[in-house]
Parts: sequence; structure tokens; C-alpha cells
Amino acid sequence: MLSTLMIGAAEVANNTIFDTWWLAIKDQAVAGQLDFWQTIYKEIYQNVLYNNRWMNYLRGLGITLEVSFFAALVGLLLGMLVAMMRLSRVRPLEKIAGVYVGIIRGTPMLLQVLFINFALFGSIAVDRVIVGVIACGLNSGAYVSEILRGGILSVDKGQTEAGRSLGLSNWQTMRLIVFPQALKTALPALCNEFITLIKETSILAYIALTELTKAGDYIRSKTYSAFTPYVVSGILYLIVTGVLTKLLSKLERRLRQGDNR
Amino acid sequence: MITVKDLHKHFGNLEVLSGINQHITPGEKVVIIGPSGSGKSTFLRCLNLLEQPTGGQIFFEGVEITSPKTDIDAIRCRMGMVFQQFNLFPHLTVMDNITLAPITHKIYTREQAQNRAMELLTRVGLPEKANAFPKQLSGGQQQRIAIVRALAMNPDVMLFDEPTSALDPEMVGEVLDVMKQLAVDGMTMVVVTHEMGFAREVGDRVLFMDGGNVLEEGTPKQIFENPQNQRTQDFLRKVL
Repeated sequence: MLSTLMIGAAEVANNTIFDTWWLAIKDQAVAGQLDFWQTIYKEIYQNVLYNNRWMNYLRGLGITLEVSFFAALVGLLLGMLVAMMRLSRVRPLEKIAGVYVGIIRGTPMLLQVLFINFALFGSIAVDRVIVGVIACGLNSGAYVSEILRGGILSVDKGQTEAGRSLGLSNWQTMRLIVFPQALKTALPALCNEFITLIKETSILAYIALTELTKAGDYIRSKTYSAFTPYVVSGILYLIVTGVLTKLLSKLERRLRQGDNR
Repeated sequence: MITVKDLHKHFGNLEVLSGINQHITPGEKVVIIGPSGSGKSTFLRCLNLLEQPTGGQIFFEGVEITSPKTDIDAIRCRMGMVFQQFNLFPHLTVMDNITLAPITHKIYTREQAQNRAMELLTRVGLPEKANAFPKQLSGGQQQRIAIVRALAMNPDVMLFDEPTSALDPEMVGEVLDVMKQLAVDGMTMVVVTHEMGFAREVGDRVLFMDGGNVLEEGTPKQIFENPQNQRTQDFLRKVL
């Protein structure tokens, strides 16, 4: 309760309408006499409105989206490459890809992030966003490769044979015939992986990257109010993952147009 | 047109083809019959290297296709293949199924390829299905589209791997009619089939295979009316 009293008149920096509303109930707050709605307003004022604190969440959201987007891109490209390597029937390539997937899946992501940040980039000054993209991209690539490999293996062998019998090269058959079908099968799992990726960027708080989770945490450290900052961060995550789910299910419907209708 | 010399194929220790010699001339219709596991499909699939032979040579229009130096993709452009399971591309429309390879190989522009596709679709009686997806079609329709897809590359020879075996009985006829028309038009054809009526009517030469060998060959008249080999006689007694 003491914490709520710390926002005194001196801390009302800007004279917005929100500050005015706060001043109107401030004395009641000090006396601990707020009703339900006033308490809610106090929470929102402290954790979101006061001193443009909402900007912290948005900046954090921006970084989360930036890291997620580029990490997903890295993960997807890496995943395709690794899936191809594992299916290439070229022994050394298969081995390298297998070891990569084994290490990434077999160690905690936090450890990977710490290792990449402190061991690989420890002595080099690199933007933490880039470190985050590399760490999350490397991690996601392993999972994406397994998802894609499963998708490719699920495509009937006759499809490859039909493509090759038409004189298409191995790569053309893969690109034009097998891959589009594999992607359709893999899309729900891939969607899951992207959502997981967005959420797991929160681990980057450990290397002092102020993404969305860290932003909420920062506000908590300012206001000593834990409930609201984390809820705000959580809602923002839900909005992002919700929109992504919608978009991907739209794409999935489009890819399914060859199925029975 | 196609010459096969001492063709061998092993799957591990199992010998599937044990030294086949054949010569197929332009315009010839060769029909291969025989019991399951006799190696007839494997033989056909070796002709365009969908199966890699373990021994022997295959020549197509003077080029040794079993040589590692041969560009097999270029050879396959001139050899059409029709599969038992159709193997149409389910994510593409009928039109895209047909035009994919000619456009990718730059044999035709998109427009030329589509005109050619419509022409072929009309010939097999399915012009209205151009924008349908394969799964919306019956088996017989799918197989006719698959034949058109192979023909769209203007191949010199067509290979048929049991093209009617996966079809409901009432759809066999429509596919055989298309194949018969193709034969009348002079296409070189190698057909693995269980349709003895077709073999008799269309075949210039019938090969009876069993145990990885061609045990007997001749005109349909010789094979069906006066088979010499005991195994041919047994087989025909069972299927006719």
C-alpha cells in the first residue's frame, strides 16, 4: 500500500486530463479509501498513463515484434536448408544437420541465449536486437526444420516420380510440387512454432533486451505494482498471437483449395 | 527407338530383372503382361530411369541413358509416363497440372501451353474440367488428365504403368479409349497392363514376363492363341 502513496504531487509531471483525474482521488488513495473503479483507475494511471509509461510497453512490443519477425525469417530459411540437408542423402550434410538439431533441441533455450550473448559476442559490441535475432533464429531453425522434414516426408513418393518423369529436375520437383504440398501439411505446426517463437523472445530479458516482458517488469520496478504491468504485457502478447493465428489460418484455407469441397 | 541390353535390377539380394534384351521401334505398341512380381513394372520404370538399373545398358534414340553423363531430365522430356495411381498434383488445377512442365521447360509460353492443353483436353473429352482440381474428378477423368499431362510435352514415346489397375471397372473403358486413339495416331507405346483385350487389340508385340525375364514374346495372335511356354499358358488360363 505504501507504494501507491509514492506518486505524490511532485510526480505529476504533465498536466493531462488523466493527471487531473488522479489528483481528484489522490487524497482518498492516501487514506486508503478508494472504491472499486477508483482502484482500477489508480492502477491504470500508475502503470500505464502516468508520465507516458504506455510508451514503455509499445517500445517493448516493437522490439519483440522486430526480433520475432527477423528470427522467424532466419528460422524459416535455416529450417528449409537444414530440412533439405537431412533429406539430401549426402552423408556429411545429414550429419551436420543432425548434430545441429540435436544440440538445439537438447539444451535449454536460455542457455543458448546466454552462450551466444556472453560467449560468442562477449567481447564484440553487437546490438542486442541482433544477438536476439541470431539466438532465437538459430533455435527456431531446428524446430522448423523438423516440421518441414515431416511435411516433405508426408508427400506421396508418386508426386516426386510424376514430376521427375516430366523432365523436371530434382530441385524443380521439390520447389514446384513437393514443397507446396509439404507446406500445407506443415502449416498448423509452423503456426504453432511462430507463436512459440514470439513468446520465447521474452527470454531475451535475461540479456537486458527491453522487449515486451522486460518492459512490463520495468514498470513493476517503478510502481511496485505487479498485477497491472504484467497483465498489460500479456494482453499485448495475446493481440499479436491472435492476429498471427488469424492470418495463418487464412493462408491455410487458401492452400487447401485443392482439397475436397 | 529404345534398345535394352542385358538389363539387370537388384533390390538388395532380390533379383528383379535378370538380363533383359529388347528393341522397340518407332511407332511400335509393346504390351507387357505377366503375374504380379514378375518385374514388368520395374522394367518399364527402368526405361526412364525412375528405377536405376544395377546392370546393363539402355539406349534411347541413340543416346545411352544409363550413362552417368546423360542429362536424364532432357531424355525424360521426350518420354511420357502414366502411373497406376495417376499422381496428378493435388495442389494445382487441371490446367496447371498440364502446363507446369512445358512452361517450366520453356517449350511453350504460358498462352501456347494453355492452348495446347485445351486442345488435348478436348481430345479426351474433358475441356470443361480445365479449372477443376484433381480431387474433384473421378478416377477415370484423373487418368485421362494424367495422359494429357504427359502428352503436353510432345513425347516421342509413352510409357504406361498399369494405367487402369486403380480404376473402378466402369471407368476402365474411357481410359482405354484414349489409349487406343493414341495408338491409332501413331504414338510409340510401352504398356504394362492386365487388360488382355487391350493387349490383343492394340499391341503389335506382346511380352510375357515372369521371374525377371521375358519368357515369351510375339504378336498378340501368337501369344494369346498359341502360347509356347508352359508358364504363359498357365497365366493366360488364369486371366482369360
